[in-house]
Amino acid sequence: MLTPAITDLEQLKEHPAVARLRSWNPAAVEAAKFDRDELSIYVGRSSLREACALLRDDVTCPFNFLSDVTCVDWHPQEPRFEVVYQLLSISRKERVRLKVRLSGDNPAVESVTSVWPAANFFEREVFDLFGIRFTGHPYLRRIQMPENWEGYPLRKDYPVEGYR
Amino acid sequence: MILNMGPQHPSTHGVLRVILEIDGETIVRIMPDIGYLHTGIEKTCEAKFYQQVVPLTDRIDYLCPLTNNLCYALAVEKLLGLEIPPKAQWLRVMMNELTRINSHLVWLGTHALDIGAMTVFLYCFREREDILRLFEAISGQRMMTSYFRIGGVALEPPLDFFDRVRDFADRFPSKVDEYENLLTGNPIWGMRTKGVARISAEDAIALGASGPTLRGSGVDFDLRRDMPYSGYENFKFRVPVSQDGDVFARYLCRVQELRESIAIVQQALAGMPEGPIKADAPKVVLPDREKMKTQMEALIFHFKIITEGFAVPAGEVYQAVESPRGEMGYYVVSDGTAKPYRVHMRSACLANLQLLPKMCEGKLIADVVAAIGSIDIVLGEIDR
Repeated sequence: MLTPAITDLEQLKEHPAVARLRSWNPAAVEAAKFDRDELSIYVGRSSLREACALLRDDVTCPFNFLSDVTCVDWHPQEPRFEVVYQLLSISRKERVRLKVRLSGDNPAVESVTSVWPAANFFEREVFDLFGIRFTGHPYLRRIQMPENWEGYPLRKDYPVEGYR
Repeated sequence: MILNMGPQHPSTHGVLRVILEIDGETIVRIMPDIGYLHTGIEKTCEAKFYQQVVPLTDRIDYLCPLTNNLCYALAVEKLLGLEIPPKAQWLRVMMNELTRINSHLVWLGTHALDIGAMTVFLYCFREREDILRLFEAISGQRMMTSYFRIGGVALEPPLDFFDRVRDFADRFPSKVDEYENLLTGNPIWGMRTKGVARISAEDAIALGASGPTLRGSGVDFDLRRDMPYSGYENFKFRVPVSQDGDVFARYLCRVQELRESIAIVQQALAGMPEGPIKADAPKVVLPDREKMKTQMEALIFHFKIITEGFAVPAGEVYQAVESPRGEMGYYVVSDGTAKPYRVHMRSACLANLQLLPKMCEGKLIADVVAAIGSIDIVLGEIDR
């Protein structure tokens, strides 16, 4: 049975991750959603890396494990891209999802490899398949597609059959 | 000198290319290069109905196909809000653990073969043949079974199936003793694996390692026990953890997991409940074939599900399970239609592969072979 999603930030501000980010900078948390037992926090693009570092070093609920970095393309809506970070706290056995919305032209966001080195291959894959630049990444090159490939295959305006 | 441990290589367990910068026999820098098996599965999933994605998921981590099925089915069932009947959950746990044994047998056989112990390979594949015959009995397919569907499992097991599984489960622990007899106390195995490719717990967590790769470094975390899914909370099992962080520690973790998995299978056999094997959701789950041939409504539902799919309420879900390699996750985003908007597979091996530079820089080339084997990579999962 599905319970309706909670999207009101006032109801969710007690959750440790939301509370920690709001106590540091209330403007960083744009929105939050609790749906199907999972919490998603929409973070501002410029505050992402610091927010990640704060969540990793939080004393009560340290999110020390980066499960995944991926992206969703909402073409033709703007903001077009949503970069999604799945975090896990091994000691507290809790998950949280951070989402950053980016516009369609020149999407770029700061890399979190300085916070979790695990982001290295994940961010390379998002760059390869969606074209999102991660500033500060140590080796931002294509990882799945050949080096001389043109185009970003997982974008919605790239056909399923491909071009070759 | 820069040396290419190219995509065609017997020890890289698939099409993995590793670029080695070496000084004599010592490795200065190591860089894995992947993408040789990239088939665009994530893009293909966006063009198919939810139930059509199930056979695609089998082929991602092709050594544990049922685990992929389980993760995807759990994610979509979470999006739909379906309740799965207990018999389906216990069948899922039992088949999932048989798949884990299957995958670890391939790992043990190929890892030992790379290091030079060729007998173990044949012993492991002898047991694997029994398990593949069990999979064929229950689903018709040896490897890519697609046995777990959205809403339950595909078919009722045949009448003598549980007897055959019980027979296998009684025979198997003595076979694990055989493998350990050959390897664990063996001084040559010890010299090739103890102290090799060591990684600390902090480095492993920071680099995103999970599964036996993480537990070999002393971090006691297993998704089946700590964040249970599909009825795992009803089963008692130990989680093997090793403190040393080297190849031998990871080997011990996985061999102990073989024993724990067969214990779970025996618990599942002993306590298998009765009941339906699919959820009660006529718009999502295909009806029984007898009903489809005799009742009008069942025929209509069957037709609608096959030709139009079923609409899933909008939203997103990240479901993670403990695959034999670590945390395998599926991030499914739905926009309210019958086709998924985005399906992303969090690959355990892609994160584990990032450990390779930390493990091997400054060591010998032969240690790279042992390290790659101990991480247990499957290129289908890395490249998708």
